[in-house]
Amino acid sequence: MAGKLLRIGVLALQGDFAEHIAMLRRLGVQAVEVRLAKQLEGLDGLIMPGGESTTFGKLAQDFGLIEPLRQFGQQKPLWGTCAGAIFLSKDAHRPQPLLELMDITVERNAFGRQVASFEVDLDVPALKEVSDEDLPFHSIFIRAPLIESVGEGVQVLARLEDGRIVAAQQGHWLATSFHPELTGDSRFHQYFLRLASAQK
Amino acid sequence: MEQQVATFTVKKGLAQMLKGGVIMDVVTPEHARIAEDAGAVAVMALERVPADIRAHGGVARMSDPELILKIMDAVSIPVMAKCRIGHFVEAQILEAIGVDYIDESEVLTPADEMHHINKHLFKVPFVCGCRNLGEALRRIGEGAAMIRTKGEAGTGDVVEAVRHARAVLGEIRRLQTMAEEEVMAYAKEIGAPYELVMETRSLGRLPVVNFAAGGIATPADAALMMQLGMDGVFVGSGIFKSGDPAKRAAAIVKAVTHYNDPYILAEVSRNLGEPMVGRQISSIPEAELIAGRGW
Repeated sequence: MAGKLLRIGVLALQGDFAEHIAMLRRLGVQAVEVRLAKQLEGLDGLIMPGGESTTFGKLAQDFGLIEPLRQFGQQKPLWGTCAGAIFLSKDAHRPQPLLELMDITVERNAFGRQVASFEVDLDVPALKEVSDEDLPFHSIFIRAPLIESVGEGVQVLARLEDGRIVAAQQGHWLATSFHPELTGDSRFHQYFLRLASAQK
Repeated sequence: MEQQVATFTVKKGLAQMLKGGVIMDVVTPEHARIAEDAGAVAVMALERVPADIRAHGGVARMSDPELILKIMDAVSIPVMAKCRIGHFVEAQILEAIGVDYIDESEVLTPADEMHHINKHLFKVPFVCGCRNLGEALRRIGEGAAMIRTKGEAGTGDVVEAVRHARAVLGEIRRLQTMAEEEVMAYAKEIGAPYELVMETRSLGRLPVVNFAAGGIATPADAALMMQLGMDGVFVGSGIFKSGDPAKRAAAIVKAVTHYNDPYILAEVSRNLGEPMVGRQISSIPEAELIAGRGW
């Protein structure tokens, strides 16, 4: 990481931002909570956590964060997990405030209600870039969204066994339907940090 | 690897996604939409808010599944519902209709004065109330995937929620400074499973998400509970028993996000109209208090 300490923000309007921050700190990165636009200053990337995407949208709108987040995302890497991925998307089939950056269409609560939430191991070939171990990634889906379709220039990073898309990348934007921050496996975070240090 | 459902990880995981948020009691689909538009992370579907349960008297039971289903149809956020303490059949019914979380709640009339539900047997996760660390860990031992303070529901008086939050958090602090050989005697004293006491000690917090509930009526109340160290807030009667529910709901959501910023708290507290009338807990006869239900 070119010897410079990365400074990564985690959107802290609501949700499991503390889990992301703990993972980032374990990786030796400076991690800060972001609730207001001025807190984006000096960051090398931003993670948008799991939570409720409607709550993110409402608070981001009321505190004037939508445009600053869009501008930040043009310059710096963004990663959305679950609700964060919905918030990052162009379209969620529903009138709710979104950043409308990443060219993916998501379906909220695609697997049904909480009793259908699940864990599964996924193959994520892209993670070989950060680890020599070729292990599956243990993935936790909680009232999770699906990435229903992706636009041109969006690379699919992971699919369920039946082929449905659950992780994707478009340039320096990353979206996962599941929650790497709830596991002890930091490879996805390392993958994001690589994007952030490349842009630094 | 096959997909695994209903693991403890996904049960407590949903509560992790609710952190930093407000869960609101609603009695109609219209209320539910107001709550969602205000930024609630989930709603608690019930026939009567606790203040009305108090006023109504009689036996308070699980709500009509028809009402809960209508509320589930009305919003995209998680929907919780309450069953009586120990009433595992009400819980089975709530699981069958697909609610996202069950609150085994002292607000309803207990069905069993000795035993709580064996929550491990369910696919749906449970939240339970507590007044202290021992009670919290007993509920987690029975399978609860989320904890909340009991407070004193339906009063608009935050004093009991504060008492219960301080009890749990203070006991955890005490536990962390204890010598390891003292922990077994402490577990016996508070009546909690030893393994969970040890886990709490090493984590420095409860092993599951811990919300405040019972008597929260204003943005300042909500921020107070957050600054004390709670993970989020339930608001029962405080919103829809107030003069302008939509405005108050949105203000409490903002207060929970910006709980550490007095300037934002001042801004969101302005012009909210009448709060719920409230009842001082010290004025309520002992027999009418509900936090003592369950053990």
